[in-house]
Amino acid sequence: MTMTDDTTGVLGQRLLRREDPALLTGEARYTSDLPIPGALHLAVLRSPYARARIVSVDTSAAASMPGVTAVFSGADLADTWAGPMPCAWPVTEDMKSPTHYPLAVGQANYVGDGVACVLANSATAARDALDAIEVEYEPLEAVIDLEDALSDRVVIHDEIGTNRSYTWDLKIEESEGQVDQAFADAAYSVKERYIQQRLIPAAMEPRAVAAIPQPFGGDMTLYSATQVPHILKVMTALTLGIPEHQLRVVAPAVGGGFGSKLNVYAEELLCVALAKRTGSPVRWTETRSEGNQATIHGRGQIQDIELAADSDGRLTAVRVRLIGDMGAYLQLVTPGVPLLGAFLYAGVYELPKAYDFSCTSVFTNMTPTDAYRGAGRPEATYAIERAMDALAAEIGIDPLELRRRNFIPTASYPYEAMTGLVYDSGDHDRAATLAAEMIDYAGVRARQETQNVPGATKRLGIGVSTYFEMCGLAPSRVLASLNYGAGGWEAATVRVLPTNKIQVVTGTAPHGQGHETAWSMIVAEKMGVSPDDVDVLHSDTAIAPLGLDTYGSRSLSVGGVAIAIACDKVIDKAKQIAAHQLEANPDDLEFSGGEFRVAGSPDRAMPLAAVAFEAFTAHNLPDGLEPNLEAHTTYDPPNFSWPFGTHMCLVEVDTETGQVDVLKYVAVDDCGNQVNPLIVDGQVHGGVVQGLAQALYEEAVYDADGNLQTSTLAEYLVPAASDVPAIDTGHTITPSPTNQLGVKGIGEAGTIASTPAVINAIVDALSGLGVRDVKMPASPNTVWRAINEAQGGQQ
Amino acid sequence: MIPAAFDYVRAGSAAEAIQLIGQYGDEAKFLAGGHSLVPAMKLRLAQPTVLVDIGRVSDLSYIRDGGDHIAIGALTRHMDVEKSPVLAEHVPLLAHAAGHVGDPQVRHRGTIGGSLAHADPASDLPATTLALGATYVAEGPNGTREIAAADFYQGYFTSALAPDEMLTEIRVPKMGGAGWSFQKFNRRAQDWAIVGVAAWQRGSECGVGLVNMASTPVLASSVAAAIAGGASAAEAAEAAASEADPQADLNASVEYRVHLAKVLTRRALEAAGG
Amino acid sequence: MEITVTINGKSHTADVEPRTLLVQFIREQVGLTGTNIGCDTSSCGACSVHVDGEAAKSCTLLAVQADGSSITTIEGMASADGTLHPMQQAFMENHGLQCGYCTPGMVMAATSLLAENPNPTEEEVRIGLEGNLCRCTGYHNIVQSVLACAKS
Repeated sequence: MTMTDDTTGVLGQRLLRREDPALLTGEARYTSDLPIPGALHLAVLRSPYARARIVSVDTSAAASMPGVTAVFSGADLADTWAGPMPCAWPVTEDMKSPTHYPLAVGQANYVGDGVACVLANSATAARDALDAIEVEYEPLEAVIDLEDALSDRVVIHDEIGTNRSYTWDLKIEESEGQVDQAFADAAYSVKERYIQQRLIPAAMEPRAVAAIPQPFGGDMTLYSATQVPHILKVMTALTLGIPEHQLRVVAPAVGGGFGSKLNVYAEELLCVALAKRTGSPVRWTETRSEGNQATIHGRGQIQDIELAADSDGRLTAVRVRLIGDMGAYLQLVTPGVPLLGAFLYAGVYELPKAYDFSCTSVFTNMTPTDAYRGAGRPEATYAIERAMDALAAEIGIDPLELRRRNFIPTASYPYEAMTGLVYDSGDHDRAATLAAEMIDYAGVRARQETQNVPGATKRLGIGVSTYFEMCGLAPSRVLASLNYGAGGWEAATVRVLPTNKIQVVTGTAPHGQGHETAWSMIVAEKMGVSPDDVDVLHSDTAIAPLGLDTYGSRSLSVGGVAIAIACDKVIDKAKQIAAHQLEANPDDLEFSGGEFRVAGSPDRAMPLAAVAFEAFTAHNLPDGLEPNLEAHTTYDPPNFSWPFGTHMCLVEVDTETGQVDVLKYVAVDDCGNQVNPLIVDGQVHGGVVQGLAQALYEEAVYDADGNLQTSTLAEYLVPAASDVPAIDTGHTITPSPTNQLGVKGIGEAGTIASTPAVINAIVDALSGLGVRDVKMPASPNTVWRAINEAQGGQQ
Repeated sequence: MIPAAFDYVRAGSAAEAIQLIGQYGDEAKFLAGGHSLVPAMKLRLAQPTVLVDIGRVSDLSYIRDGGDHIAIGALTRHMDVEKSPVLAEHVPLLAHAAGHVGDPQVRHRGTIGGSLAHADPASDLPATTLALGATYVAEGPNGTREIAAADFYQGYFTSALAPDEMLTEIRVPKMGGAGWSFQKFNRRAQDWAIVGVAAWQRGSECGVGLVNMASTPVLASSVAAAIAGGASAAEAAEAAASEADPQADLNASVEYRVHLAKVLTRRALEAAGG
Repeated sequence: MEITVTINGKSHTADVEPRTLLVQFIREQVGLTGTNIGCDTSSCGACSVHVDGEAAKSCTLLAVQADGSSITTIEGMASADGTLHPMQQAFMENHGLQCGYCTPGMVMAATSLLAENPNPTEEEVRIGLEGNLCRCTGYHNIVQSVLACAKS
């Protein structure tokens, strides 16, 4: 532990969440629960074509329907916008980005692209009026396939003249030609192609927005089911030309995000623009079938990965070529998602400077993609972990053994990777050993000998996945080097009230992660008070004006650490007051258990409560010291944080039907010190199942014309409790040396690790039948087909 | 999410329901539990102008011993079919299959008559009652008539019911201790079957119904003929798809459906006849 | 059309359009917003309430169908003195919720499940919750919550 000595032992406890009572009783208010008298309801008419010229929009019939206030086409609102929809991550100087407005003008570019909208006095009236808007479309050929898009056979956006958005390279060699040489010299090599299917994030709360104007005061309040109220405020101000200081953004209770609410959406901008225009509150709540089309999708990559290894199986070079599916437009951080994985295609393995990564991203006529839980890192981890299994098969050794031979040695930490990034701490062998024990790896291998015999129809497979999660995004200067449009700092204010209750103001924006509980624990630990005496304020830019929100597993390792630092500043100030009162030198004071004591004179002490009151009355403060006990910090982390671990999955595959049963799932994760292990386990459980869902269930399927075939939760298979296994969690604790809490992130680890663990297990089960790969999602039909193809059969 | 507007009338009896549906004509629909119709209306895939709510015709919710058969009122909920001691004793296959319809919330509200009349080939109960040789009773303006399950399903979501006829009772022959099995194969438990097989067997006599293997539920007569001819379960199952005409969808190719039908039929017969 | 529905013990009489879904009636006309809407295909169960004591999806019932019934929503589960229902308490103690959006429906489905099967196995709990989707918890702690509630 790198904690200070004066702990009260709050950190590391499985404290129950203070968020829960409101959520469990229906008291919590999500955006669509807010009572907003006089609100107009927005409904958006969406293109039924993947690509079509908008010839005309006739809104007159709709406008005359009962309850309808106004109907607008994209052209009607063209003057409303100060700028197009924002993309904050222009990854290269020459990146191409088509102009994107909240409602399409001239051409619709995916099924779900907004074409017109209605304002009415009820959601029902608004919905009914959509059916009365007459749009004449001239359907155009749609581009769905990524390689077809790359060919520019059909160019989607005339204005940019190509479907190629950018090519981004990361080539690292000690000497020129090293990668090619390594492949030429390799004792073993593999070349694999993996497809990251498109996924629909499907947070359980659909998006919802409400904009409330104060027509005479000039201010505007935007409520949104968002992960990023602070970023949304800046971007809304820029896009609409609203003075930022007159805009307040509030994220009330938010029902999950997983990246899908890390964005600036058309409906947010429409609500604000139309509230401004009409002087009335405007609200909108997405329906699920609308959201499957109009909320960003995740993943969507073709990955070609090559590994070269020496005769011992040690990696000597990695080469990666990606094609990224941007969808129809660039949303907030769309182009950056593949880059977030670009540094991780060597996984947790030692690699000489022989790394060659290149990503080309293309536009298609599908819903825009963007960050989805893990964002780039699950893709990278999937590719390297699947390829390591392929390499193990090529060499003829156990996949776990191959990984052990390549692990970065524990003694080398902090470890400067070939990319130049410094991994803070790690102990891969320990995590792998624990996981192997928990799942009885040796025992499973023995069972396979007797079970997976010729003719067996129930075959056992075990899959291993080791990972690094590059998270805690991130040092601002590193983000600058990647052309990211913002920094990676986080803000915190800690305020001790006169009665010794503590308010914490954080720039993080929780939507299920339990920040109120966890942050109160950090403050309790630092300040020697009960967590119950700490209130955590967040997600309202009027209360928490500074922040960079919650995504990328950054909240604890950046936002939580900021709070700890702010606590230190408060303690420093309080120490001056206490020393003044105790007539002692501040340097002689110790602070622990919520009390200042003079070293060596235990009877000379002053509790924080008394200091707080002195600070409030200001009757007797040291000269020059300001009243009140409050400190603000903006913390820019010195490094990413690097959680790691090993997951193992045991499956039984029914070779007659292709059905995969997950018999056991073991997750060993190391996120450094744990603030609240209850919450850590919950994050792992949820992440694992989301990753497992990519492996087995989920895919956003489009037909050749660009129609989304999985537009509802009846077709898009988010699994239920009946469809997933229990998760056995284990932890090792290797504190991060880069922050005072010794913490790393945990929000995305499960999703990053689990997908390859599941697929590796399936392939392992079927390897005796000649199966080398199974496409995702590994549906029964897909698995059955893979077996048949390997057996030389048809279909 | 919001259905198109419609008029709503409530029937207190089957006779009143038939009179009302006759009065409103083609665009009117019966509303029983609503668990097939309401979702379609919310997506505006169905836009009836009038709903005749028969959900309150309480005298159509019953499970009675009819001697050689069990009579089930059309408005009996799936959950009541699933939990019925009478069915557990005499037609356990049907009770078991009813426990696989949708999810518990759906089974609390959805009705057997609604499910059968909807004639969804992917539903569990049409194929199950078909396998069991059930007879459906329909009531119309000219009185009641019996329709064999084998004659009831005429096409995709199309039954032998006239627009002004209402399903009132399902009569299922007692199984007389026959072995049985219900094999529902799907990706998520809550979903419709990719393929399902309902089978019973008593000696050389058997009935096999297939879920989601054609535009209607399928009675696998060739399988029954093979069993009658002395074939083993594995041999008979090879004929499982003889009467089927499956379609491809997101979850299954045609070839895979045919293959699954054979595997699941074999497993069902092994369980039922074993 | 005028309907009368008892919600959490209190009778509500109101005029509704026939197409009004029960969940809209509960949320918009009665003003109880604890019941959430997560999909439009009866898939997710976020809108689950008890109708005459049994879990039902209030997005798949018309309000007119519920005329005369007695409904319990999540707001009716805790005691008037603020004591959580044992199922709510179990969810809290076992971290059976994260974002909370599926939680009201999950709690209603789980209590209905235990009413029908007071001592379920883990497998029976998983199958019994097949009609409720959660995106945060991976279900692990939801299942533990229900098992813990059954045991207590």
